[in-house]
Amino acid sequence: MASPVSETNGLCRYQCPGCGYTYDESCGDDHEGYPPGFLFADLPEAFVCPDCAVRYREDFVSL
Amino acid sequence: MQPYSIDTSDQGRVIYTDKKRIWWLLSLVNPLIPLVGLVGQHYSGSELWLFVPLAFMFVLGPVFDWVFGEDENNPPEVLVPQLEQDVYYRILTYLTVPLHYMTFFAVAIWVGTQNLSVLGFLAITVATGFADGFAINTAHELGHKRTRLESWLARIALAVPAYGHFCIEHNRGHHRDVATPEDPASSRMGENIYQFSLREIPGAFRRAWKIEQQRLARKNVSLWGHHNEIIQSYLLSLVMQASLVYAFGWIMLPFLVIHNVLSWWVLTSANYIEHYGLLREKQEDGKYERCQPHHSWNANHKYSNLLLFHLQRHSDHHANPTRRYQSLRHFESLPGLISGYYGMYIVAYFPALWFNIMDKRLLALPHIQGNLGKVNVAPGRYAAIEAKYGQSGV
Repeated sequence: MASPVSETNGLCRYQCPGCGYTYDESCGDDHEGYPPGFLFADLPEAFVCPDCAVRYREDFVSL
Repeated sequence: MQPYSIDTSDQGRVIYTDKKRIWWLLSLVNPLIPLVGLVGQHYSGSELWLFVPLAFMFVLGPVFDWVFGEDENNPPEVLVPQLEQDVYYRILTYLTVPLHYMTFFAVAIWVGTQNLSVLGFLAITVATGFADGFAINTAHELGHKRTRLESWLARIALAVPAYGHFCIEHNRGHHRDVATPEDPASSRMGENIYQFSLREIPGAFRRAWKIEQQRLARKNVSLWGHHNEIIQSYLLSLVMQASLVYAFGWIMLPFLVIHNVLSWWVLTSANYIEHYGLLREKQEDGKYERCQPHHSWNANHKYSNLLLFHLQRHSDHHANPTRRYQSLRHFESLPGLISGYYGMYIVAYFPALWFNIMDKRLLALPHIQGNLGKVNVAPGRYAAIEAKYGQSGV
């Protein structure tokens, strides 16, 4: 279900406001199994911060 | 290095000396405690020494907490980055790992070669199980950190109590679900520790495997391959424990079974007291409110906090799980325990005593004020608790 890179190739970064973990769409997260280009919006609904698990996807702030 | 200092625009120069710095060496004590029994028996010839490690933990522990009292000191926030970069604190967590291995093998060899009486065997085996249960505490501190070294050391530490699924279960399961009825590692009001253990141990195991299975499926690699972080740790346990059985024969079987189960029990005990009855509220979108400081019980007792890497400053840990132990903070007006974990473990093992002390403290918390709707109550116990305490405050 990996989604294609957006048309403008404008990949973004999103940060956990609690611990500072950053999800960078251009890198994905290899350990978590999200390949480079995997969009933040396509992360599962139940996604929690991989580092602290305190914050949910909707808490992340766009950088 | 000490003293830490920084120049700020609003507060001028901020200087801080960590008075506990040298005392953190006490964190090396837990893995070494069982050796007291071995050395004592060696020099005196008396098996009575094998009971000393248990007394050290569960008699001296609560007494020292009572004698040395509490500590509410916090480092200034602007100096936390410096405090976290000080490698001294890290080295202590690294050191406890080989110490747990050393003690585990020393006791195994002792049990395998000394022809102990049944009572002596049980005393030192139970004590080592408890001591190695605190290897899970070391793994807990290491496993929350982002560096590869610490993440590997956590898995290596978990191999001693054969509990390799802990870090995944704890970091990604417990922290996500803490203080909700869905969390097998958060105890409910009216649930005693023995009932809790039957829910917690299998529940945690299943949740860890489910989380790892989902991760590996996303990576498109086999659940049963070397990428599986649970299997990595289990393999190390298997090699160690099978070697001991091969070397010393059948006596290792009861030793390892009792040792492993007691280690898991130490974690069960910690989980039981850390969130007893506390409940996060459900929001309108069906998700739970984010974990707040009042969703954990705390103890500020100096002695046990030094032995346990500040684990008892549990509210700050749950609010900021990647914060290092030396910078965890005390906050005012949080749910508080009457003793450190060593004393509270003993209380928990006597359910009537536990309920007597804790139920009143729980209902008296500022955010609960007797309202059972804000408490994580064991389903079968609701009517009895309501009959006993009423629904005041609703």
